[in-house]
Amino acid sequence: MGSFLIRRLAQGIVTVVLASILVFFVMRLIPGDPALLLVGTDASAEDIEQVRERLGLNEPLVQQYFNWLAGAVRGDFGPSFTKGTEVSNLMRVALVPSAELAVAGYLFALAFGIPLGIVAGLKPGGPGDYAATGFTMFTLGIPNFVLGIILIWVLAVLLGWLPITGRVGIDEDPVEALKFLVMPMIAVGAGTAAVLARFVRASIMETLNQDYVRTARAKGLRERSVVMRHGMRNALIPVITVAALQIGFLISGAVIVEVVFARPGFGSLLIGGVVGRDYQLIQGMLVVLVTVFVVVNTLADVAYGLADPRIRVG
Amino acid sequence: MSSIVAESDVQPGVKQRIRDSRLVQEAQPILRVYVRNRPAVVGAALLFGFGIVAAFAPLIAPFDPLDTNLSRETVFQAPSWGHVFGTDAQGRDVLSRTLYGARIAWQIVLAAIGVAIALGVPLGLLSGYIGGKLDELVIMRVVDAVMALPGLILILAVTGAVGPSITNTMIVIGIVWSPGYARLTRGIVVSIKGDVYVEAARALGASPARIMWRHLLPNAIAPILVLASLSAAGIILVEAGLSFIGAGVQPPTPAWGGMVSDAYNTLIRRNGWPMIGPAGAIILMVIAFNFVGDGIRDAFDPRLRNVR
Repeated sequence: MGSFLIRRLAQGIVTVVLASILVFFVMRLIPGDPALLLVGTDASAEDIEQVRERLGLNEPLVQQYFNWLAGAVRGDFGPSFTKGTEVSNLMRVALVPSAELAVAGYLFALAFGIPLGIVAGLKPGGPGDYAATGFTMFTLGIPNFVLGIILIWVLAVLLGWLPITGRVGIDEDPVEALKFLVMPMIAVGAGTAAVLARFVRASIMETLNQDYVRTARAKGLRERSVVMRHGMRNALIPVITVAALQIGFLISGAVIVEVVFARPGFGSLLIGGVVGRDYQLIQGMLVVLVTVFVVVNTLADVAYGLADPRIRVG
Repeated sequence: MSSIVAESDVQPGVKQRIRDSRLVQEAQPILRVYVRNRPAVVGAALLFGFGIVAAFAPLIAPFDPLDTNLSRETVFQAPSWGHVFGTDAQGRDVLSRTLYGARIAWQIVLAAIGVAIALGVPLGLLSGYIGGKLDELVIMRVVDAVMALPGLILILAVTGAVGPSITNTMIVIGIVWSPGYARLTRGIVVSIKGDVYVEAARALGASPARIMWRHLLPNAIAPILVLASLSAAGIILVEAGLSFIGAGVQPPTPAWGGMVSDAYNTLIRRNGWPMIGPAGAIILMVIAFNFVGDGIRDAFDPRLRNVR
């Protein structure tokens, strides 16, 4: 287990470093002078030169990368070119609404997707299975932002049950905050719920075909305990990895949903950066998101390794 | 299926000779399995329909997709016989715009997959064939790194930064998707490059380029095809998201994602009818590509189920 952990950790670090190199140099390939962005087009040549000097833009590119990386490791991503403050401050402010949405969406996906998959897997061809298949098919075809807009149209505009867009902090008014959270939560989590439902269904069907399940039935156990003790437990172990791997996709999927619901999170910040060509902001955010993504995926692998010893060898 | 089993009993030398006719022979059982898969047939029919629409949009569309009409009565019309999907904020016929949108969708899917294959497959061939440190420590680590990144966010940042346009969207999506093709191709090459017929070709003095092109690549074509049809669905979704945010195809070009965005901006003030056409088109096309991808995969070989 120890060497498996170390190997997986090393892989994760290599990925993050490679990604940071990729992000940094791609951003530098883009035409336009960052200093000019920061001071505005009507600044004098000396002002621009001064800013270039201060930002370290006159140093060799490789040196710039290491300077930036050294800052990034300590949580300093430099000043934003368009928002007049540090990138790290912007990200700190955006973190809470984004985390809120990601957690809510993920809980929704687990609470909806897994039971749906179980119902479908226990009685393939039954009504529950048809409902699950219909749901997965539709949800895997619909972009999450379109689902969000349809929810807004029906639940907020036509029926008036929920507020349309915006956010109230969960610490300010929990009930009101949940009302704002319901629709974006479903939009973010539905895709993951579909993936989970499909996977759980397949896993349960496969498990119930195993020899040990037949043995359990043959020795006269009640169906209920066959399913619960022998079927379910074994069927749900591989679900851990799939569920964990989905967290990364869920976070990146939340980007556009946040924009639809005008929630002030990472997504809105990133897209603001893209529209304003704020390279410093984009590259800082990308590295943070990539790191989160890689950490989550690494944990998923490790969790699977813990649950199923056979994996550690590979 | 029986032809594949029988083939492995045939001597390797003969194997090469029957390869030419094999394409024809194998196409039939594959097609037979595919046709029995109902969703796959429906998906193929839908894609064919989208193709026809894309090719003949100017003939089929009842109106000019860019033709605006800003009088009070002509904007935000609900669906009617004259305008099946209604009209949008600028009085444009949503049906016509949706039909033209199929052109953009097909264009981006084909071009992006083209870029991904053109970059990924040769890289995978080379990396797998040459092997050694270059393969394991350099190329495959970079491939892993790119594949470990959140694709949508990467594409969004890069296209936004280099400037949004159809061409940039296609190229960036293609680049981000290419490592998958590289990894797939490399895996196949590594598993077959020690086979006797490859050895034989080398012994006969075939150049590495010829071995890769004539002997290794043909083995990778079926899995590549499967990957292509499955990635098409993902590309449609990503492109729609990009155009929705304004980082993809630019208005007034009728891209579905952009049309949904337009409709969303006026949803609260007026109504949501202009959204039905483009949203429905995205959903149908993604489902169709998923069905076709699954169908091709199962038809070619049940063992390919892990291709994704």
